[in-house]
Amino acid sequence: MLLVEDGLGICVVHLSLSLSLSLSLSLSGAGGGGNDVQWCFSQVKGAIDDDVAEADIISTVEFNHSGELLATGDKGGRVVIFQQEPENKSQPQCRGEYNVYSTFQSHEPEFDYLKSLEIEEKINKIRWLPQKNAAQFLLSTNDKTIKLWKISERDKRPEGYNLKEEDGRYRDPTTVTTLRVPVFRPMDLMVEASPRRVFANAHTYHINSISVNSDYETYLSADDLRVNLWHLEITDRSFNIVDIKPANMEELTEVITATEFHPNQCNTFVYSSSKGTIRLCDMRESALCDKHSKLFEEPEDPSNRSFFSEIISSISDVKFSHNGRYMMTRDYLSVKIWDLNMESRPVETYQVHEYLRSKLCSLYENDCIFDKFECCWNGNDSVVMTGSYNNFFRMFDRGQKKDVTLEASRESSKPRAVLKPRKVSAGGKRKKDEISVDSLDFNKKILHTAWHPQENIIAVATTNNLYIFQDKLN
Amino acid sequence: MAGADGDDSLYPIAVLIDELRNEDVQLRLNSIKKLSTIALALGVERTRTELLPFLTDTIYDEDEVLLALAEQLGSFTALVGGPDFVYCLLPPLESLATVEETVVRDKAVESLRKISHEHSPVDLEVHFEPLVKRLASGDWFTSRTSACGLFSVCYPRVSSTVKAEIRQHFRTLCSDDTPMVRRAAASKLGEFAKVLELDYVKSDIIPLFTTLASDEQDSVRLLAVEACVSIAQLLPQEDLEALVMPTLRQAAEDKSWRVRYMVADKFSELQKAVGPEITKNDLVPAFQNLLKDCEAEVRAAAANKVKEFCENLPDDSKENIIMSHILPCVKELVSDTNQHVKSALASVIMGLSTILGKDDTIEHLLPLFLAQLKDECPEVRLNIISNLDCVNEVIGIRQLSQSLLPAIVELAEDAKWRVRLAIIEYMPLLAGQLGVEFFDEKLNSLCMAWLVDHVYAIREAATCNLMKLVEKFGAEWAQNTIVPKVVAMANDPNYLHRMTTLFCINALSEACGQDITTKQMLPIVLKMSGDQVANVRFNVAKSLQKIGPVLENTALQAEVKPVLEKLATDQDMDVKYFAQEAISVLALA
Repeated sequence: MLLVEDGLGICVVHLSLSLSLSLSLSLSGAGGGGNDVQWCFSQVKGAIDDDVAEADIISTVEFNHSGELLATGDKGGRVVIFQQEPENKSQPQCRGEYNVYSTFQSHEPEFDYLKSLEIEEKINKIRWLPQKNAAQFLLSTNDKTIKLWKISERDKRPEGYNLKEEDGRYRDPTTVTTLRVPVFRPMDLMVEASPRRVFANAHTYHINSISVNSDYETYLSADDLRVNLWHLEITDRSFNIVDIKPANMEELTEVITATEFHPNQCNTFVYSSSKGTIRLCDMRESALCDKHSKLFEEPEDPSNRSFFSEIISSISDVKFSHNGRYMMTRDYLSVKIWDLNMESRPVETYQVHEYLRSKLCSLYENDCIFDKFECCWNGNDSVVMTGSYNNFFRMFDRGQKKDVTLEASRESSKPRAVLKPRKVSAGGKRKKDEISVDSLDFNKKILHTAWHPQENIIAVATTNNLYIFQDKLN
Repeated sequence: MAGADGDDSLYPIAVLIDELRNEDVQLRLNSIKKLSTIALALGVERTRTELLPFLTDTIYDEDEVLLALAEQLGSFTALVGGPDFVYCLLPPLESLATVEETVVRDKAVESLRKISHEHSPVDLEVHFEPLVKRLASGDWFTSRTSACGLFSVCYPRVSSTVKAEIRQHFRTLCSDDTPMVRRAAASKLGEFAKVLELDYVKSDIIPLFTTLASDEQDSVRLLAVEACVSIAQLLPQEDLEALVMPTLRQAAEDKSWRVRYMVADKFSELQKAVGPEITKNDLVPAFQNLLKDCEAEVRAAAANKVKEFCENLPDDSKENIIMSHILPCVKELVSDTNQHVKSALASVIMGLSTILGKDDTIEHLLPLFLAQLKDECPEVRLNIISNLDCVNEVIGIRQLSQSLLPAIVELAEDAKWRVRLAIIEYMPLLAGQLGVEFFDEKLNSLCMAWLVDHVYAIREAATCNLMKLVEKFGAEWAQNTIVPKVVAMANDPNYLHRMTTLFCINALSEACGQDITTKQMLPIVLKMSGDQVANVRFNVAKSLQKIGPVLENTALQAEVKPVLEKLATDQDMDVKYFAQEAISVLALA
């Protein structure tokens, strides 16, 4: 069983006082307000029992452009799509819940016989295409192969045969005296996922990113050393636009870690590297973008230099803001916001879990230091969110310079329960309500999060559970 | 099969109709392809009221089925009752025009365009034009992109009020939010301009053209370059400067290389569309810039156009422009850093010699040819060699032969077998132009060396090459130069080389004629029938079958027959099989 609908996600009618109403009005601005939003539990998806099947581990989470659909991919190669139910008129304080809309096997495990390599079915990334007709389209990728899926609804089916009954029994052909043309009759809604295109054989290394261009007809895919540009309708060729592979692999000093197209300038994309730099390329300048047009890099603070400096400065995710003015990068300990017009340093830096700086040695030993945390913007770019350990996730309000740590856990998953902020003591004396660094569970990590493009609804993936939280409506 | 009540002529139709919803795509496709048979059996009335409504809802099907359906409906008019009822075909085509698959949508639009001509002017306004409007204002961009292709077919045949509405719709789509729709509009701009009255071309199309040509997305801007060609053809010469040239100049210097590439790619069309005066004043400097562009893709596209551009220059200034403006750029391209640019140039540069004439070719072009013949990239050298015939007509190939030979020898021995294969294919051409003497002296040994190449494709091409050479130089030449060498290989210790002898004989027998084949080749083939390798033996059988018709009948009966009969009892299955086949084909049994 892949994902079990949890019975906890029930909306309770809240008969709150007018006090809390005015409070929420003043604090939550339109389209994903500030950090004063009170987050409450909405739903949790996935099996409840503690032993986690490897295949059920969620590997990516992504809202579509309207926020009506939410897709997850897992290590078993499956894609599950949730659809937001229409809002209930009689309960205006309840936002529609997300329920399973379609589930399909996107990728299967394969074996590369030429290289003697197993190819995992794990879904590395999902990206939705802008909607072009009544159907929905998404790209999903594992390490090697990108697929374009169509998710469409069908509510009619044809009825009426000439030579057999509807149940399949054959009629005596001699009784056919007139021809019958089938007619379409309404039926229960059926959602189909069908593979439309397979983009294969273009990556020697593991694909870490895919990103759809704002021209609606191309997308890019990136692996450790190369970025390829595809046309969405052409599967047999792609153009290599970045290649950082040195002639001699022993001279290799950095790899591409994440790549994304600018949200509205179709010629601009960025890629981040394991050395903590971000390069911005302009595809107008030349066909091969080996020469970047901007290099974003923060000078290293010599006082913080250590054996782990290079590892923790590796960028695990890069995301443009919706308005295209800024981009956000996530490295091991921090989130940085860069203004595209300033390459010399980030305009904002937020510490995600600075208390881990003293623990890097043990984090190196248990490989946690190589975890790739992703990050996301809220709908109006005023708040950013990223994950941490112990099923904690962090939000940073850019305007008010406030941050909060929240936890995705079964314990607080009462319907519409407000999430309590968590605090980690940085050592020394531990205050009441604080958690000591040593008691953090490093096996529980939140790598993937997504924010509804317009509203204050977030999806947070713990190991094999998907939590949906929303701001408190009254 | 026919019963008392049943009509057995209905049965096949009933099957076809049922298979419209079969689970097997192939069967559905088959039924859709025979849609006219179904419609004919149903009659026009039931086709209109039952079949078409059903088809309108079948848009969930596979692309190939939908594509076939869209195509069928384009020639369905007679089956729904003729032009009076052609509007009944609009609903299914309308739903097909909104599917996500471009090929299906395009086919639906193509069919809609086709049947639009069968609408009466009244039906066009009552049925067709509202459909175009619905598509143009559809929620999804797939329907709006389809609308772009339909304006031009209804515009000429509607009233002036409707015309104004159509122009308004087209304007709206040109500034659509989605780049997909703007691209569709930009690509239909030229076509739409053609059906508009000249005044509206100036008042409506030119502003749209200017806007699209400065779109923020380069994928839209580059399509405006294509529209530029059609629009320039529509306008009187005196308006071009003010209405088109600013945009064209801007495109030729666009920040995006893809737009400049498009200008380079369409340069000959643009040149024809704007006429000689503007070409002289504007396009020559623009072309020079494209030849010197910083992006190699653009230089390669421009290099490809060098010959065509020069050919189409106005006669009075042609030579002057080429010598003082184009040739200096071409000289630089010969030593370009990018091999695609050099190879694009090499494929057209020889064509300049006919334009420039003998003296200028020898003085200015010859050094360039010679430099390219020594280029490090084999493709460049190949492109020069493959176009030798142009130069031959002007200055004779002798001028080149000194440099030609080392270039050919080097290509002939290139490490990449595809390069060797390419040069072999030019051998007959070279042989024809260099003459038999030069060939015997310098090239013959190469041709023979290829026969023992370690790649089969090369040996195969080499045999074919020999045949073409014999056709060119005659049987006597073959007897003296080729046959002895081929025959000698029959004793080679390598069985692959022995087989090559057989392949050569297969290829040469016809060109060499009965005498040589019977006297010189047949004995060798027969002798090889005792070869210890079975592959050689069954190829002997195959060879005998091949050369049999060329041989004298007496030789066939007296010499070939016994050998084949012996081979037919060979231990090896394949030898037996081919021997028996030869016996029956040659009718020796």
